[in-house]
Amino acid sequence: MAYLKDYFKSVKNGYKVKNHIVYYVLGSVFAILLVLVMTDSLDRITSSLLGRIGYTMIAAISLSLVVGFLGELSLGHAAFMALGAFIGGYMQQYTFASLTSASPLLSIIIAMLIGGTVAAIFGFIVGLPALRLKGDYLAIVTLAFCEIVKVIFQNSKKFGNGNVLETYKYDRGHLLLICLIVLFIALAVIMNLIKSKHGRAIMAIRDNEIAARAMGVNVTYYKLMVFVLSSFFAGIAGVLFANASGGVKCDNFSYDYSIDILVMVVLGGMGSIKGSMIAAALITYLDTKLPIWLNLEGNWVALPQMLYALILILIVIYTNAPKLKGIREKYNIHNGMVKVKGWIFRLFARGKYQHKPDAEHDYRADWSKVPTKIEMDAILSTDFTPDNTYVPDKPDKPKGGKN
Amino acid sequence: MLGFITTFIDGLSLGGVYALIALGYTMVYGIAKMLNFAHGDIIMVGCYTIAVFFASIGLPLVTILIAIIVCVIFGICVERLAYRPLRGASPLAVLITAIGVSYLLQSLAQIIFGVTPRNVVLFKLGTVNVLGLKLKVDTLITLFVAAAIMIGLTLFVNKTKTGRAMLAVSEDRGAAQLMGISVNAIIAITFAIGSALAAVAGSFTIMTTFEVKNTMGALPGIKAFTAAVIGGIGSIPGAMLGGLLLGVIEMFCNSSDLASYTIAIEFSLLILILLVKPTGLLGKKRREKV
Repeated sequence: MAYLKDYFKSVKNGYKVKNHIVYYVLGSVFAILLVLVMTDSLDRITSSLLGRIGYTMIAAISLSLVVGFLGELSLGHAAFMALGAFIGGYMQQYTFASLTSASPLLSIIIAMLIGGTVAAIFGFIVGLPALRLKGDYLAIVTLAFCEIVKVIFQNSKKFGNGNVLETYKYDRGHLLLICLIVLFIALAVIMNLIKSKHGRAIMAIRDNEIAARAMGVNVTYYKLMVFVLSSFFAGIAGVLFANASGGVKCDNFSYDYSIDILVMVVLGGMGSIKGSMIAAALITYLDTKLPIWLNLEGNWVALPQMLYALILILIVIYTNAPKLKGIREKYNIHNGMVKVKGWIFRLFARGKYQHKPDAEHDYRADWSKVPTKIEMDAILSTDFTPDNTYVPDKPDKPKGGKN
Repeated sequence: MLGFITTFIDGLSLGGVYALIALGYTMVYGIAKMLNFAHGDIIMVGCYTIAVFFASIGLPLVTILIAIIVCVIFGICVERLAYRPLRGASPLAVLITAIGVSYLLQSLAQIIFGVTPRNVVLFKLGTVNVLGLKLKVDTLITLFVAAAIMIGLTLFVNKTKTGRAMLAVSEDRGAAQLMGISVNAIIAITFAIGSALAAVAGSFTIMTTFEVKNTMGALPGIKAFTAAVIGGIGSIPGAMLGGLLLGVIEMFCNSSDLASYTIAIEFSLLILILLVKPTGLLGKKRREKV
């Protein structure tokens, strides 16, 4: 008992609202939506848009786990969603049709578990090559996997034979709430994973696999774990997709869809769960609203895609180009926020405020630090590239200048 | 038996097209150490150039020449604007940029030209009888031109000063730089050659499919990449071998009952080869050093 008391005390002392701000925000959104759904004041378009945002967020945070934290590029995320959508959707509609009509909630929960598990099994299978392959090769394997899944579903008579597979259409408002709850669970699992010992091991693999291995991190286990977990949630997102749209088609889950999710993860900031969520919500929202706002017709409907691609390129160049390092450090958003926070504190607590640097949060992927395979070769062989080598901080210049 | 040989020659011809695209991938990968995802979309750019200029000029060969020039300029611009700033950055960042470029080109093409395919008939070619075999003329042309280009490219890379500089850069960039080779210029030349080959491959694609659309480059691009990986990425003979192999496999699949599973079979082959022999058939083994 005393142990528990101490434990809760330590939790209470260490508790910071800002570490759990996402849960608070999601909780309040949930409360608002609950009221809106119960009073039936959401119109059809808004509720379906919100549902879409919900499952896209789940897909984005699960991909973010692979890309942002494990540091492997997966272009087959749509395939896992397809597995969930087709298998979960099929089961709901045909295998246990009577249960679906009696209790849709139980049916969707079972479908999510089954769809997620099937996707997770395939995630395990795709994770196996990931143990041997890295970077570009793995990206291609996942892409190939995506195409294979698509072709197989396209050719199976059971799953619509390339046409639309009718699935159960869940009530929009209720589905929205389910999406939020699932998002909450996924978020809790992923955020806690990242903050744990396992999360640090995963990030160690991202930063330097060889060093992580040398430190005793079980690379095989963690890589497979990340792939399984990520594909599990992707499968669940797929089931929600099927329930939201009432019919799934192979073309919904093509390579382009994987890229769309990848764009969200990259735009949100690699290695930032919150960023991926915000980007997913924003892009899904803009996808529906931009064509209406800008009156896009005919060929111009591709304009949003073009803008995303352009923004993606510019952001990656801005955050990664070695030559822009000076500018990046000068106009760093994070440093800027810290500065602004300092000003505000000083305004209210004149004299009392002491600058306390935040605890080091190294969740964000800093690629400039990561020695890649080629660079490792370069460092230890005759190859010498001056722009990539480690330069120790210059010693401070003597001040004053009187001597 | 005759059908078998015809299918085989068709496969070689298709494989020639894949090999031309795969050469672009493999050279860029070998020299710039990056996977140029937008390579397939350069084909699309070439095809739209052919479509536009063929409608106004009407001379097929001149049109193809213009397409090659446009593609070369395009390839160099893409390299200069999107990839060169990221020289020395993480491979993942470069890969994502390449995907972004590919997406950008596709949506740009959709905005300019629309989604409906354009019909382009460059040549009206019939069939010829060779030793009792009925072969399409465009198949034979593709086969011979592809073979000529491959021989020319092999000679260029192994015999000329620029080609040897390219080999040197792919072997060891830093050492090549110390030997006085301008790495940036060599990478630009590589992109130029790759894009020119893509334009040629694009004109062959038009000759067989007669249509141009904005996503036409994506699938041949990925398949050609598959070919490059099968042959061993970074190796020029490997890309040729892989391309021909893939083309023949695809043609035989298409002519059998498994036609609708062709893509799945090809990609399964890719995954299998990557798992068993990640360096490909002719690739060199690179040890990962600490």
